[in-house]
Amino acid sequence: MTNSFITNFPLFTIVLSLFSGPLCYMLKRRMARYWTIGLECGLIAMVSAVLWYTMTTGSSFTYVMGEFPAPWGNEIRAGVLEALIALVFLLVMLSSVIGGSKYIDIDIDESKINLYYTLINLMTAALMAMVWTNDIFTGYVFLEILTLTSCGILIVREIGRTTLAAVRYMIMNLLGSGLFLLGVVLLYDVTGNLLMVPMQEEIAKLITNSQNMMAITMGLGILTIGLCIKSGLFPFHYWMPDTYGWATPTSGAVLSSLVSKCYIFLLFKIYYRVIGIEVFEQLPIRNILLVLGLMGMVAGSVSAMRANNINRMVAFSSAAQIGYIYMGIGIGGKVGYTAAMFHVMAHAVTKSTLFLTTPRLSDVSGGSLLFRNLQGSGIRDRAAGVYFSVASLSMIGIPIFAGFSSKLLFAEAAVDSGSMTKMVLVMIALALSSMLNAIYFIRTMIRIYQPDTTGIRVSAKRVSYQIPMIILTVMNLALGLFSWYFAGMIEQGLSMFG
Amino acid sequence: MLSNLVINYEEAVAIVLFGIGFTTLLFQRNLVRKLIGMNIMDTGTFLFLASMGFINGRKAPIVVNGVQDTAAYINPIPASLVLTGIVVSVSVTAIMLSLTVRLYHRYHTLQLDDIYVLSKHQTEDR
Repeated sequence: MTNSFITNFPLFTIVLSLFSGPLCYMLKRRMARYWTIGLECGLIAMVSAVLWYTMTTGSSFTYVMGEFPAPWGNEIRAGVLEALIALVFLLVMLSSVIGGSKYIDIDIDESKINLYYTLINLMTAALMAMVWTNDIFTGYVFLEILTLTSCGILIVREIGRTTLAAVRYMIMNLLGSGLFLLGVVLLYDVTGNLLMVPMQEEIAKLITNSQNMMAITMGLGILTIGLCIKSGLFPFHYWMPDTYGWATPTSGAVLSSLVSKCYIFLLFKIYYRVIGIEVFEQLPIRNILLVLGLMGMVAGSVSAMRANNINRMVAFSSAAQIGYIYMGIGIGGKVGYTAAMFHVMAHAVTKSTLFLTTPRLSDVSGGSLLFRNLQGSGIRDRAAGVYFSVASLSMIGIPIFAGFSSKLLFAEAAVDSGSMTKMVLVMIALALSSMLNAIYFIRTMIRIYQPDTTGIRVSAKRVSYQIPMIILTVMNLALGLFSWYFAGMIEQGLSMFG
Repeated sequence: MLSNLVINYEEAVAIVLFGIGFTTLLFQRNLVRKLIGMNIMDTGTFLFLASMGFINGRKAPIVVNGVQDTAAYINPIPASLVLTGIVVSVSVTAIMLSLTVRLYHRYHTLQLDDIYVLSKHQTEDR
């Protein structure tokens, strides 16, 4: 196999998962599950090959579909950063599907389980397409596919609360999609291109002649608001607890750790590759993102503290973590972007672990997610307790776990930013948010490890639960212990981005 | 400034439509009205795209009478983008309508506030 064959792999990841969707619709439920798991493993191998290829050659590659040259046609682009993010996304997706399979069987009507895997496959295709694409309108189309599939995996658990949550989730997402589309159309009208590279050239020309600045700023602003709504930045985060908390655990994990991150990655890509990062750094949008991110970090944590249900707490802490990522983009500078992208990965790994352990803790507590009933659940189900604690410690930011490394990177970025106000604001918010995180996660850990009198002991013998949780925990530790290595990879990817 | 609005009246109308749709989707409490708002919002975007893509005096990009000069034709891409957008909009509307039907069957009302209050009384706490 020649190396150039690897350049086909990004397209394969999209097309294979796209075709697996209808295929899973025709398969029986057990076969659909095996097919999905097998496919994810295959995709992981392919993306690893792409990562290896881009790292050894030291340059990104563009796959031109149908061999139509640049201003026309559609392109896929793969660099180190895209490959790394895609790899983490696929690993988390695989772990979520395997780790939550028990609850998929419980929560979903038996005749519809294969449909769930159909949706998961379509969602994988959309995630991959949004990570790889070099065309802004392709980004829009797959963004809508992602919205529809995330609504789908939400409503498969047929209780009234999920339907209501799905409607509210969809309304917010539709507002976001509408704004995103308008932003794309405005930028298209100004530049006359849809591919990212020619768009950036046109925008650079317009900026030097200071033409159409208003239209560019408007378009970018509208597009940014759209994606902020979709990913749940601070004032738009109130739908999160219902959405993540009532869905079946796999859906909760996937929605909170992958879907919202994918929107952020697309936004980041547009900043870097469509607008050009130097131009973006002059625009006021960055400061707005910083302020909203800082507010989200605190507001999300405060809401999480007030929650009386463990899933709602974990969901609100997602709002805070999304704030961290936007704060990283807002701080700017190479270190800031590295920190933001690192946190995308760190949070994806950690949050999926939390969402996959809470249902097990609730299983040994009479099926309740309320804190008062969870007392001693970490002793009753030791494995789940340990995984929950590891993820919680990572959330708080204890060294050797992923959360610590990203907080360290954020602090470094703030010091590097060169602005005193920014540094002070970020440091205060980081300290406050970490403290609040510590309060509610340690409170939960004390609660689940308080001795109880029931004497029930469950040991998680199911390999199908242990393996994905071990994968996620190892990823968490790897991101924490070898953060310099991953940060180096992200920096290499960013230098290919420009 | 105002003269620009008059010259580009199609775009101005498109943005006004977008605004109407956006606020309807955001502020109406009735689910069906929300969906109508969403469709108005999308239509506004399509109108914007279609009117921007059309240049007066040029023809559809189909070669007739051997005229191959690109200045004689309009770019077909905006129109195809509108088509793609319409397809997306239709599928989203379909999903939202089916969700609305499901909610109506369960709660017998279309007012989102009432549904929210009703769902709070349910004891589906796991």
